[in-house]
Amino acid sequence: MDLISIRDLDKEKIEEILDLTDEIEAGKKKPDLSGRILATMFFEPSTRTKLSFQSAAMRCGMKVVDFSPETSSLKKGESFMDTIKTVEGYADAIAMRHAKEGSARLAADVLEKPVVNGGDGGNQHPTQTLIDLYTIRKSKGRIKDLNVTLLGDLKHARTMRSLVYGLALFGANVTLVAPKGLEMDKRYLEEVNKKFGLEVKTGNAPDYSDADVLYVCRIQAERFADPYEAQRVQEKFRVKKADLKGAKEDLIILHPLPKINEIETSIDDMPQAKYFQQAHYGIPLRMAVLDTVLR
Amino acid sequence: MLKVDTIEMGTVVDHIKPGKGGKVLEVLGIGEKYPHRVALMMHVSSKKGKTKDIVKIEGKIVDQDAANIIALISPGATINIIKNEKVEKKFNVELPEELEGVGTCPNPNCITNSEDTVKRFRADDGGYRCHYCERLFKAEELV
Repeated sequence: MDLISIRDLDKEKIEEILDLTDEIEAGKKKPDLSGRILATMFFEPSTRTKLSFQSAAMRCGMKVVDFSPETSSLKKGESFMDTIKTVEGYADAIAMRHAKEGSARLAADVLEKPVVNGGDGGNQHPTQTLIDLYTIRKSKGRIKDLNVTLLGDLKHARTMRSLVYGLALFGANVTLVAPKGLEMDKRYLEEVNKKFGLEVKTGNAPDYSDADVLYVCRIQAERFADPYEAQRVQEKFRVKKADLKGAKEDLIILHPLPKINEIETSIDDMPQAKYFQQAHYGIPLRMAVLDTVLR
Repeated sequence: MLKVDTIEMGTVVDHIKPGKGGKVLEVLGIGEKYPHRVALMMHVSSKKGKTKDIVKIEGKIVDQDAANIIALISPGATINIIKNEKVEKKFNVELPEELEGVGTCPNPNCITNSEDTVKRFRADDGGYRCHYCERLFKAEELV
């Protein structure tokens, strides 16, 4: 089995993975994948995804071989296809990230070994979506009917589109707050509406007064032609400790990380801040994923 | 009245959306080096009182794959296969459920635009979704 897109999973399959994650997290279960090798092929930079895949594999008893584009034959002009076909012979499963959208699907079509998508351009990052859903379920006990506000650059962040899909699948109420010009693709929202009946609320002003979950993502300065405008928008959308006074007491704040300055550092130690916990759930979740694709 | 010769062996594509005849020739690979007779009639009257484009191509039999591409440009077009100056076969172009090896993904960041691979799309929500980058496009955007 490959894991390329959140679209490939139905609700039951996602729940199965989240339940297994729960058991691994609680120390009740430990997948035994000893004797297997995971190849991590990250054609783009990554801290959390790559390291947590490697760590998860090792915790399941696997060995890891790592591909580094900087020191590989890509530098001699070797193609993507030739590279993945070669590495397939050295491992039992491949976790990969590539800047081109559809790269993981292409790899899965061409290769016989399981492929797990660790991010393909602006398209999908399914294990991040699973981590997000897991963190919400673990913190709140459910996903259905929760008010989830997504805040930031919703146009370019790949994690946000697949998260909206996952939230719709589980019946959450979704509010999207983005600066003008950085809103989520309308076609995508129409699709989610047709499939799941999700009526998304949208806005351009930061407001999370009724949110149970606030999911923040970066607003990159390079998306703006004018650096002053970038600074102004970043400041407007920065989540500040003072703003949380008007929010629900049991609000949780998530972020796919890396965060730069979109959340005030003083919030990091507050009980609402769950983003480091969210990143740590990457280990049991990816252990569950490796066990699922290699089973 | 515009008079155009009949063709002996080839294809007539009729009922093309007005203005799209040139595009049909383009996707069929009919260019300045094509060695046989080709007629392009634009904005001619149709029986229903509307206008349409027609192309007549000597020496080329349009197969189902090519018809699929024409369907992307003009879903109502009809294909007439001509042999010995007579219509041997007539069929409508139809938007298929799946497209393979036909069309190009308009997403410049799609892997299919940088790797030599077969393009694949499937019908979804009134358009076509790229099998690889998962983006949804209108049929005419693929050509």
